[in-house]
Amino acid sequence: MEVADNFISIRKKAKERLLRMHYEAGVGHIGGSLSALDAMLYLHHYVMSTEDQFVLSKGHAAGALYVTLWSRGILQESDLRSFHEDGTLLSGHPPPGRLGGIPVATGSLGHGLPMACGMALARKLKSRPGRIFCLCSDGEWQEGSNWEALIFARHHHLSNLVVLVDVNGLQGFGSTRAVASMNDLGKHMEAFGLRTRELDGHLEASLEQMHARSGEDRWCYLLQTVKGKGISFMENRLEWHYLPLDEASYCQALAELNS
Amino acid sequence: MRAAACNAWVNCVTDEGFLFLTGDLGYNALEPLRERLGERFINAGVAEQNMVSVGAGLAIEGMNVWIYSIAPFCYARPYEQIRNDICQHRLPVKLVGNGGGYGYGAQGASHHALEDYGALLALPGMRAFVPAFSVDVQEVVDRMHQIDHPGYLRLGRCEQPLGQEVEAFSPWRRLVRGGGISMIAVGPLAGPFWQHILSMTESTRPDLWVLGELPVTDMSNMPSDLLNNIEANGLCVVEEHGLQGSAGQQLAALLMGGGVMPPQFLHCYAKGYPSGTYGSQSFHRRESGLEPGQVMEALGIAP
Repeated sequence: MEVADNFISIRKKAKERLLRMHYEAGVGHIGGSLSALDAMLYLHHYVMSTEDQFVLSKGHAAGALYVTLWSRGILQESDLRSFHEDGTLLSGHPPPGRLGGIPVATGSLGHGLPMACGMALARKLKSRPGRIFCLCSDGEWQEGSNWEALIFARHHHLSNLVVLVDVNGLQGFGSTRAVASMNDLGKHMEAFGLRTRELDGHLEASLEQMHARSGEDRWCYLLQTVKGKGISFMENRLEWHYLPLDEASYCQALAELNS
Repeated sequence: MRAAACNAWVNCVTDEGFLFLTGDLGYNALEPLRERLGERFINAGVAEQNMVSVGAGLAIEGMNVWIYSIAPFCYARPYEQIRNDICQHRLPVKLVGNGGGYGYGAQGASHHALEDYGALLALPGMRAFVPAFSVDVQEVVDRMHQIDHPGYLRLGRCEQPLGQEVEAFSPWRRLVRGGGISMIAVGPLAGPFWQHILSMTESTRPDLWVLGELPVTDMSNMPSDLLNNIEANGLCVVEEHGLQGSAGQQLAALLMGGGVMPPQFLHCYAKGYPSGTYGSQSFHRRESGLEPGQVMEALGIAP
């Protein structure tokens, strides 16, 4: 119960900070950040150890990652204020090499999971502890490289790899169902050797199932999420993949969070 | 050169971080390396995009990664993975493309690599190594293993003339002294020019150099003998690579920027498939005007 109470507090602060960061920067990609934020927060606060690494393959949700790292004290307030500014390290997609908590740069879809496989394999070969968590979008599974990576992960028994998919059902120019339907994504994952569970990506009682599991299995969590979660005028709306917040919509969003 | 490369990599096995990825290629060449490396030799299968990104992930965790395939499958298919995952992270991953240029001959255009180093050298931090002869490969592999940035190794067919000795690998080497135009050949193509020029009169034949490392960005690294002769007698560059991103373009820009104006400049490069037909490596060189006799004729030098 203490965890749940803390999580609610952490989440509220993080969402407020995410919205302010995007509002002040005048940039979009808010919807996909809000669908992924709860799981990222839960992972970083309650699941991951210091030996674990997190790869954000859906790099367009960088805002959610930056705010998550800020909530863990890895990024500072001044870092967030520089988001999208000239001279920032906090670009619209995670940058390479210079920020703690961001082991790899991403942004072009279908890159994060193969890199995560390499990281997991290195640890296996070196008998080093720690898991590699990789969060993908659902539309990202139209990239062939992701399936190449799953073949590789299965063949090399990468049980230190955990795949998460933000299933918000929307992609760049339509719903995933309309663009390239993969209604049975979980079955596909199972067929490629992942033990798969569907979780509510916004509910801590469900996210608790991401805690460490023993054995040789490779786990995949399909996070059922809502694009723009928590902001009524953003929820399940494609345009909030792109739109920035103007003052009126920012104030309304804050009011909804605080209601 | 594959056998020489395999031997050179076997000598790297003592590095505990050394790891070799192949895209399901290396039959009848890399078996000794596979035996020596054990679990650190990984056949990543027919999945080049994944292989390159996996290599990046391994390097992020501190491993010294080499990635091998037929040249076009090494650089063209996974180009974005090389750009984003290796080069933008400045990871010291080494790519190996076998059969640079028209090396795969009549196998066809899909297997040729006419823009490999040009395309790769457009990426940040990348250096390309083009050994000319099998004896160069150990030194090249050693050098590449030490560098802390991305590298590309273009392997070809050794065409070293019989009975001719070559000095140890360095980016610039003079193969034949001549009193005529300076000639710079990139990689293995130097072999047939070396053979051809040996039979020519010394006072008029080209002064032949072989270039083994790209890009060429600093004139101060070029031998003064070569620069002086370029200024006096001109320059001919021959390479089994397309025009764009070529060594010839690099050299022309470098020399012009440095105020060195050769009285004559001829650039002989791979022209693609002028007749629309396919054949051996020699056939394609001939179609591109890359045979020594064709080049000498273009230069107006008597055989």
